[in-house]
Amino acid sequence: MQVLKPTEVIEMIPNGSTLMVGGFLGVGTPDCLMDEIIDQKKKDLTVVCNDSAFPDRGIGKLIVAKLVKKLIASHIGTNPETQQQMIKKELEVELVPQGTLAERIRAAGVGLGGILTPTGVGTSVENGKQVIELDGKKYLLELPIHSDFALIKAKRADYLGNLSYSLTARNFNPIMAMAADVVIAEVEEIVPVGAITPDEVHTPNVLVDYVIVDGRH
Amino acid sequence: MNAKNLIAKRIALELKDGYLVNLGIGIPTLVANYTPEGVNIFFESENGIIGMGPVPQDGMENPDLVNASAKYVTAMPGSSCFDSTISFGLIRGGHLDVTVLGGLQVDEKGRLANWMIPGKMIPGMGGAMDLVTGAKRVIVSMTHTAKGKPKIVKKCTLPITSIRRIDLLVTEMAVIEPTENGLVLKEIAPGVTIDEVLKNTEAHLIIPENVPTMKVE
Repeated sequence: MQVLKPTEVIEMIPNGSTLMVGGFLGVGTPDCLMDEIIDQKKKDLTVVCNDSAFPDRGIGKLIVAKLVKKLIASHIGTNPETQQQMIKKELEVELVPQGTLAERIRAAGVGLGGILTPTGVGTSVENGKQVIELDGKKYLLELPIHSDFALIKAKRADYLGNLSYSLTARNFNPIMAMAADVVIAEVEEIVPVGAITPDEVHTPNVLVDYVIVDGRH
Repeated sequence: MNAKNLIAKRIALELKDGYLVNLGIGIPTLVANYTPEGVNIFFESENGIIGMGPVPQDGMENPDLVNASAKYVTAMPGSSCFDSTISFGLIRGGHLDVTVLGGLQVDEKGRLANWMIPGKMIPGMGGAMDLVTGAKRVIVSMTHTAKGKPKIVKKCTLPITSIRRIDLLVTEMAVIEPTENGLVLKEIAPGVTIDEVLKNTEAHLIIPENVPTMKVE
């Protein structure tokens, strides 16, 4: 693990990359990294996240800055800009049920070829998907989602890169930390090794490539 | 009592001591205000918490502690926080006793549509499809009609949320239980007649001999 500045870490991201971004309506989203992406005008991004937050917050800012080409998310209702760009066909949106989104990301991170879920059977979510019947019950085969980069937010890191999250800011962050080639964690503070006890480590350091510190804290 | 509070109060009577409950946005949120005395409920939220408490006092907000609408909440003693796979594992895995959701339409098969109006409003399904598919009991709260048009219809014209039959529907006019044989009128609201309910319902309703009035003060 390496500690870098937001500028340095975002410079590594090529245009057209697929990014996973943690957070739930902006809570648990790496805000410094979002701002840096906007400053560096990274474009044609595919973003995998729970929701597109609000126009002035989190992932919502990337949408407003028109840096996103494709969005894979479960909810876009709190950001009118997302819906407008989708209707104008400027932005491709794949809506995925939230639990399915979480499991598709997890599947990529834990080496599974897909998951079977009853969610979405018989609805428009089923379109184009394989339906598998087991013991008389129908499931959709949902495929893994992997990304080039995961941009996640934790409360604390130690100097080895072990991460600890806070309350409901955890959400998608730990699973995204397993499903990307390069994992970048934004944290509020970096503490000495050992200060986060083994039981308090939510994401083991081996998964984390870079850590940046949000200087506002 | 206004329509929303009447619905919330009636639904609160369905909650039993020790239940794990998820409340959706809108009328469902109000249900928490009417839980009967001595009944302890564990309120769960999709963003990863069991044990949500009321809105914090001014100045006591924690930016990492929110509900699924990104509104500040508190954590009761004994609360727990977890990632999105655990959150939806609880929901999809049958650990959630009750989910209370809003609705756009419910049809004769007891199917719910509540996540989009094609061409008009496309917020995405968020957690709704997993909640309706996986909760032990699905209770829908909605106004009986929208702009004078029935929302309880023969067949949903809007995209459905799940093929699962919901367990109970509560409106400001009636309590309706979808069954294998169709929609059964279980109760009527104070001051409402069966004829009025029928006039505002497109779907066929099965009317038992005795239809009591909702027991809400």
